[in-house]
Amino acid sequence: MNIFEIISEIEKVDPEVYDRLDSRRSIFKHMSGLGQKLTAAAVPLAFGAVLNKAYAQTTAAPGVVDVLNFALRLEYLESTFYNLGLGTIGATATAAQTTFRSGFSTTNLASLDIIRLDESNHVSALIATITALGGTPIAAPNRTPNALGVTGDFDFTGGKGTGTGPFAGIFTTPATFLAVAQALEDTGVRAYKGGAPYLMSNKDVLTAALNIHSVEARHASRLRTMRRAGAANNTASAVAPTNSGTNEADRSASPKSWISGNDNGGPAPAVTAPVYGAGTAPAYTPTTLSAPVFPAENNVIQGGVTLSATTLTATANFPTLSYSEAFDEPLDVPTVLTIAKTFAVTGSTFFG
Amino acid sequence: MSNKLLSGSQQVETDLDQPLYTPIKRRSFFMYAGATAGATALVLAGCSKSDSSPGMVSVGSGDVGVLNYAYALEQLEAGFYTQLRTGSYYTGLAAGNAEKLILDDLYYHEVIHREFFKAAITGAGATPIKALTPDFSKIDFTSRTSVLGTAKAFEDLGVAAYNGAGRRITSANYLVIAGKIVSVEARHAAIIRDLVSEGTFVGSDVVAIGTTSTEISKDPATVVATANTFLADGSKLDVSGIQ
Repeated sequence: MNIFEIISEIEKVDPEVYDRLDSRRSIFKHMSGLGQKLTAAAVPLAFGAVLNKAYAQTTAAPGVVDVLNFALRLEYLESTFYNLGLGTIGATATAAQTTFRSGFSTTNLASLDIIRLDESNHVSALIATITALGGTPIAAPNRTPNALGVTGDFDFTGGKGTGTGPFAGIFTTPATFLAVAQALEDTGVRAYKGGAPYLMSNKDVLTAALNIHSVEARHASRLRTMRRAGAANNTASAVAPTNSGTNEADRSASPKSWISGNDNGGPAPAVTAPVYGAGTAPAYTPTTLSAPVFPAENNVIQGGVTLSATTLTATANFPTLSYSEAFDEPLDVPTVLTIAKTFAVTGSTFFG
Repeated sequence: MSNKLLSGSQQVETDLDQPLYTPIKRRSFFMYAGATAGATALVLAGCSKSDSSPGMVSVGSGDVGVLNYAYALEQLEAGFYTQLRTGSYYTGLAAGNAEKLILDDLYYHEVIHREFFKAAITGAGATPIKALTPDFSKIDFTSRTSVLGTAKAFEDLGVAAYNGAGRRITSANYLVIAGKIVSVEARHAAIIRDLVSEGTFVGSDVVAIGTTSTEISKDPATVVATANTFLADGSKLDVSGIQ
């Protein structure tokens, strides 16, 4: 057994193997030192330990297909959500779905049907792109309902499979449905933004992802508008956000069409606060990104400068919250997956 | 050389025309400028196309070219929302009216974007393009249809422009910053479209609804063909350096 041949073989699959092994020089030095101290039979064992250390402690930056499959997981989650609530595209709505649909105004229902179609199209587009790149799309989740809001992989009540989570009544109460929809779309916007740097090696894929990203933002805006006005309002855009106390506290129940501060934790702060909170930069995060890399949505430090009426003098007397509203923030892959697991059934491996 | 030309013309423009922005405090931004890698290379890249197309404002090339392109579009948007605040459609809106609050927020956001880019370009050691002089003569600021229709055009154009520019950015940092802004522009576009016609937050004119449901992004040349119709002679954009 030739250890260096093995490393060479690994390098063919993982060009960055030497980076994982501290450095090329140190691993060779390390191995040669071992050879003097260990018997030949023990070397493979020691080598295995080195590899375990390398692959367990550092995670590689996601490749293009990894990012697309990550996006596909989220699109499956969203698409399944709208199909279960509103009726599967192309199928006749069930009696329960028909009753549920009647809780929305005409314009709101039409909007939700558009969003439902968009998410379904995003799933198809991502599968096609991954396949075209020679990658393997992740297997579809279990989308067959076995209880209201629950499938083999998802529990949209947030109940981990019990169907009695914090969003119980998700597909019977329009306001709850819109609240979860907003959280899902806002998460999607942050996820695509966080994934973009890992797509830069393929400009066409990057452009395609950006072109999904902005559509998710349009969805989020519309859902926020609907929540502000109420599900049954037919001219939702005419309704102004309420300001009963401090602005941000009001943004939980009466959001603007964009994120203001942290929206006080979003539609259901006890559950949705992480959607608007800070992430954690994985070890592979490019060092070129200016800090804070994955801040909460109320961040006002952009490109290294703290935005305020002092640093941007043309903005004197602008509302304090406008500086954070003007910028959305990215979120890292692990944090997004943790948020997504809010809607995973216990034991499901769909989100890892 | 081009720095001299640009700063010279900026002086003249500032005197003769109404600038779209109030200058920011450059010194405070320089405090943070050290973090930007490759600033010298960016300056050089930014200069390469500066002298092309006489009478046009070249955004330059490379990442700084893209930043200046974004800066130009934000100037246009901010200029529009600034000017509409003096028009009778806006001034006639009651306090607390949803449209008034939305137009207020869009004014804040776009001015912040504009000032941010000016500061960021300066902070990168490069030269921002001059303050552009708009030509909003085709807009009727007394008319809801004209005001909201123009807002819709600008916001949709902004989204398509940022999405089309992403592939032209080489710095991951700038790509993320563009991403932070474009989703806010998309949120703007959606509510403005809803104000124009409820439930049109996406439409076949901006999103490929029938197939992939992806935004229809536009390259810089296509974007400025529209943007230049809202810019005065001498302020029209030349994006050949990033096309």
